Amino acid sequence: MELQAVLMAAGGGSRMMDLTYNTPKPLLPVGNRPLIWYPLNLLERVGFEEVIVITTKEVQKALSTDQRLKTDVKMRLDVVCIQEETDMGTADALRHIQQKIKTDILVVSCDLITDVALHEVVDLFRAHNATLSMLMSKVHEFTETVPGQKGKKKAGEQRDFVGMDVTGKRLLFMANEADLEEGLVLRKSIMHKHPRMLIKTGLLDAHLYCLKRSVVDFLVHNKSVTSIRGELVPYLVRKQFSKSLNSKNRMFGVHNKCTSKDEALLQLARERSCWNDHRGDMSEAYHGGKLRCYVHIMEEGMCYRVNMLAAYIEANRVVPKLFEDPPIHPTAVVSERSLVGSDSIIGPFCQISGKTSIKRSNVGTSSTIKEKVKITNSIIMNGVTIEEGCNIQGSVICNNAVIGRGADMKYCLVGSGQRIEPEGENDVVQRSAGYTTRTKTHTLQFCSSAVFVLNPAFCVCVCVHSHAHVCLFVCVILCVYVRFNVLIAY
Amino acid sequence: MADSDGRQVDSINHSTEEDVKLQEVVQAKCEGKELTKEEKQRLRKEKKQHKKNKKDDRGPPEKEKEKEKASVLAPSKPATQSPAHKAPVPVNASASESPVAAEKPAKSKAEQRAERRARQDTERASKQGKKEGGQQSASSKPKATPNELQPVVKRLPEHIQVDDPAALKKLAKKLERQQVPLRSDYGYKVSLFSHLHQYSRKNPPTQQISIPATVIHPSIVRLGLQYSQGIIAGSNARSVALLHAFKQVIQDYSTPPNEELSRDLVNKLSPYISFLSQCRPLSASMGNAIKHIKKEISNIPSQCKEEEAKRRLQECIDSYINEKIILASEAISKYAIEKISDGDVILVYGCSSLVNHILCEAFEKQRKFRVIVVDSRPRLEGREALRRLVKKGIRCTYVLISALSYILPEVSKVFLGAHALLANGYVMSRVGTSQIALVAKAYNVPVLVCCETYKFCERVQTDSFVSNELDDPDDLIVTRNGKTHLENWQTVKSLGLLNLVYDVTPPDFVDLVITDLGMIPCTSVPVVLRVKNVDQ
Repeated sequence: MELQAVLMAAGGGSRMMDLTYNTPKPLLPVGNRPLIWYPLNLLERVGFEEVIVITTKEVQKALSTDQRLKTDVKMRLDVVCIQEETDMGTADALRHIQQKIKTDILVVSCDLITDVALHEVVDLFRAHNATLSMLMSKVHEFTETVPGQKGKKKAGEQRDFVGMDVTGKRLLFMANEADLEEGLVLRKSIMHKHPRMLIKTGLLDAHLYCLKRSVVDFLVHNKSVTSIRGELVPYLVRKQFSKSLNSKNRMFGVHNKCTSKDEALLQLARERSCWNDHRGDMSEAYHGGKLRCYVHIMEEGMCYRVNMLAAYIEANRVVPKLFEDPPIHPTAVVSERSLVGSDSIIGPFCQISGKTSIKRSNVGTSSTIKEKVKITNSIIMNGVTIEEGCNIQGSVICNNAVIGRGADMKYCLVGSGQRIEPEGENDVVQRSAGYTTRTKTHTLQFCSSAVFVLNPAFCVCVCVHSHAHVCLFVCVILCVYVRFNVLIAY
Repeated sequence: MADSDGRQVDSINHSTEEDVKLQEVVQAKCEGKELTKEEKQRLRKEKKQHKKNKKDDRGPPEKEKEKEKASVLAPSKPATQSPAHKAPVPVNASASESPVAAEKPAKSKAEQRAERRARQDTERASKQGKKEGGQQSASSKPKATPNELQPVVKRLPEHIQVDDPAALKKLAKKLERQQVPLRSDYGYKVSLFSHLHQYSRKNPPTQQISIPATVIHPSIVRLGLQYSQGIIAGSNARSVALLHAFKQVIQDYSTPPNEELSRDLVNKLSPYISFLSQCRPLSASMGNAIKHIKKEISNIPSQCKEEEAKRRLQECIDSYINEKIILASEAISKYAIEKISDGDVILVYGCSSLVNHILCEAFEKQRKFRVIVVDSRPRLEGREALRRLVKKGIRCTYVLISALSYILPEVSKVFLGAHALLANGYVMSRVGTSQIALVAKAYNVPVLVCCETYKFCERVQTDSFVSNELDDPDDLIVTRNGKTHLENWQTVKSLGLLNLVYDVTPPDFVDLVITDLGMIPCTSVPVVLRVKNVDQ
């Protein structure tokens, strides 16, 4: 065995609570498959026969019952459950399964959808005998309007600064904006060894890491490290240039002990080889360091991390094009008088009545769409019922929601199990982005930024709207989340 | 073969056959090759004997003469043959022929001999007939066979017949059987080199194999990548790394039930070796090391316990590295230091690990000399040599090969490393070496080649076309000041890039070869090879 694959699928999806409130992140449907299928498929495609899946009880249950996943994934899944309440980090999880780890590991996050040629990452790891090699890609600009998000962009996302050597492969430096106090501080030891460094921003860490076995040993000895991305990777990157080789040997020495003779031979081979990874100074290849981190940056191709609503929507739009499934599942019942665009996919056991039009949308398993419904640019999850005459545009409708007759929704997010009443007065939520909306007597108009999640009891929607033909109004949605914060919109 | 009745007929026919053969030889000789005096004399003698034979009409002295004739004939064959081939074909005439010649005097009965000969002749004839009649497809048979006197056909290595679809097909089949990916050739090849592989680094051999490498041992995959990316480069480094990987393979090996270690392990290694040669064609030194290991494996007695066998193999690998590479370099540097005197200006080319070692040793022994490092594109390995030497504190000058004739007047000795030493005394080394040797000869500067004996190779080559290696042509592309010339060279139909790796230097330009067995002239390579073969 050369590499063992570890799939981290215990994350709660805290950055898209709206979606993951009822459905765990690994099971969110993307292109009518659970999200977890994509990393599993990636691993299976390149030839893995066994994967250790770290996940929660809930997901495990779903995995064991999902027939489709079972037929699609032929690998042996070694599912390890961890308690949700303990709030384990990814490094904690690795520590948890350390007895199972016999070789170097490939850690993948469950929200990664990519068509990367994985051998690029692994080859860096192999050829340079690296301690860490990881995958990054260019950050995507999400162009689609995201339901439930106001204004332009949240300023939230903090940038990563990634420093590479001239070849663009060796990872020299890594810092997050959040950790910086005043400016970017580069240590002298790095600049000394790599006077030319390329620092990039706008890179997305795909959370795919090849790690040496000794790193897991290191984790076992250092219980303070809890997260791979947050602590371990920056630590390893930093450690490449630290002078205290002794302390490093102490930490990584566990594995090296028995192979000292091998080391001597490798050293001899390297001495005789006329190769060097750099030039311009007098030191040997790799500057004599034993710890090396590499990064492969995807220049083209697709790489999404589905950890935000925007990414989720984008992935749903792009993914079906890559996997050649039939757009309409054979078990779906689609009326002949309906119009389903070729850019849409319809899941199994769906019922679609006549006079409907579905464009650029995904409709999940066992959903029912009644007559005269128009759906564009939307994601309909599983078991949703949409009654007559609805017009849904750019929205995400979660599992088992029921949309009442005649609803007109634009850029809405409907939480799982929600029911939009056909003529309910309380549910009228409107916000216009400066354009005119006409409210007709029997049409409920939902505009952008309406969020229907959670239990109606906690969801107080106050709307102020004028009855005039030209209406300008402010809509205040007050969403009280079950446990915590109060989110005030206007 | 019909023995009983064949015998008489054979013996009757024999003399006439001999006759025909002789005539053939004579013909071959008259066909436009110069005859040395010796050969002429010998021929004359043979003719005389022949006539005598006929007169005697199978009398008692026949046996004597037959014997003589056989012994005369046998050595004459290679003599006639080797000039007959135009250079390219790896001639193994002497090797293949010698057992035949040696065999003959052993059996005393002329009849037996004659019979056997006749049988061989008929066999050969039938084979030839088949070959010519049947498929004319130029399979792996080299064109060395027109001379029918040579019974053993030396198979051409696949890596020099890439332009032959049949050979390629055969290779693809073999790799498929071994579950090793076939790497596709890259780009347009310059004419005269279409028979060689040309790979692109952007298209690594690992592309097609599963990521947790299951068929091929992980350490072999790693090694292959390091070869193809040039991380492990240079004959010595490649051999050490190969042996190291083999050690790991042996470590992880366990004999399957109902198998014998000595057989199974050799079988297991062969796909690994094909994988490595897909990454980069094997070097002569690696070929020798592989041969050695395979021999050691097959020498392991079947009753030997697995653990014991593995331990023995690992020890033998260790001792191979120690003796053939480490100690050899020590010995060579001991000899070479004698040749370095105070005030010398030594010219080196590229980055030879052995030459570097020698210079460092000499410096430590307080010799006062300075070094001129000559370098060439595209690899610029001289920089690494320069770095290592300067780091030791040796005074160095760095020039590119284009400045060679300018710098040579001040040089007192040229030290060159070698990729392999061929049986005809030619030195195979990094491309550019022969140029340096040539210019050095012109300036009357002594050229010393340093080479361990494990790099000696039984191949014969007189030019750099037949068997060579093409590196990635994209290496020749340079980016300077943000501009990349030749970026789209593939789109220009009339343009080909040639990134040749080796060349051969004729022995005329080499004054001395320093080996671990001492200082020898180039032409003594066959002697060393013979001694080595006896040893093993």
